[in-house]
Amino acid sequence: MNTAAIQQFLHERFGAAVGPVESARLFDYVEVDPSAVEEVALVLRDHPDLAFDCLNNLSGCDRPTRGRIQITYELFSYVHRHAFVMKVGARRDRPEVRTVERVWPAANWLEREIYDLLGVIFLGHSDLRRLLLPDDWVGYPLRKDYVEAPEYHGISTVRESALKLSERR
Amino acid sequence: MSLLNTVPEMVLTTKVDQLLNWTRKSSLWYMLFGLACCAIEMMQTGGPRSDLDRFGMAPRATPRVSDLMIVAGTLTLKMALRTKVLYEQMPDPKYVLSMGSCSNCGGLFQLAYSVCDGVDKVIPVDVYVPGCPPRPEALTEGLLLLQKKMMQERWLVREPQLRTDAVRA
Repeated sequence: MNTAAIQQFLHERFGAAVGPVESARLFDYVEVDPSAVEEVALVLRDHPDLAFDCLNNLSGCDRPTRGRIQITYELFSYVHRHAFVMKVGARRDRPEVRTVERVWPAANWLEREIYDLLGVIFLGHSDLRRLLLPDDWVGYPLRKDYVEAPEYHGISTVRESALKLSERR
Repeated sequence: MSLLNTVPEMVLTTKVDQLLNWTRKSSLWYMLFGLACCAIEMMQTGGPRSDLDRFGMAPRATPRVSDLMIVAGTLTLKMALRTKVLYEQMPDPKYVLSMGSCSNCGGLFQLAYSVCDGVDKVIPVDVYVPGCPPRPEALTEGLLLLQKKMMQERWLVREPQLRTDAVRA
């Protein structure tokens, strides 16, 4: 099945929660409402005609102009050899999305990464901690309005010019 | 001189300081501290072609028996705190060699939010080896320079030491 057929199938089931096919440079995609993510994901995985058994990638991107943090689910079916891209726009002021961890276990760490770098709360996630940055890190660095802290545990994050260092010597 | 002339030829005379320094520099055990791509060059330096073993150097997996820490690679702020702990675990006399642009000054990644711009912000460094990454020849030269520095150390007399000054490779 191609993206258009999958979109039609989902639209018949979920109605307004599944948006129209949007064309993009690389993959056409479908916008899904944040509240319906888990149900849509379950159908995508379990319906025999779709059978998306593999979550290729799960990533996020901050879009301040739209007031959204966009989360992209890239799916692939080894049974039917077809792919599908689903996007979810979480509200920037209150970014909360249902987890798909119980649909695709691979989402566990990917969702933790998105939480770490963009601050999206995945409701129902079993272990929502930071994945890469230290636990005591302040802020979410991949947000466009992130301001770097001047120091971390007494280590300044600014490097003096080498010319100044040689002058002092 | 008359005394020296009386000892047999197989006996060598030297100063205690020099003997200590010579023993130390001839069995310089280094801690495995590969953080990024520089580690590949460090492994190459330890391999048969440039063979660090000919200087009596051997890689150790723990700081508690190491004399030298070769910081090879990008130091993140998360790792910087751990680096300090590891350095403090090393027994005196201890030395640090900063290998490559990243550990010298943050290198290519110095503007990133998560990178510590230079290992010398956390621990004192004895030798800096520039390069991205430095070739095994460069690292070997840095180690020879460190050995030279070690031979200048004086342990029996208390006076301001060369230790804190960094030698530029």
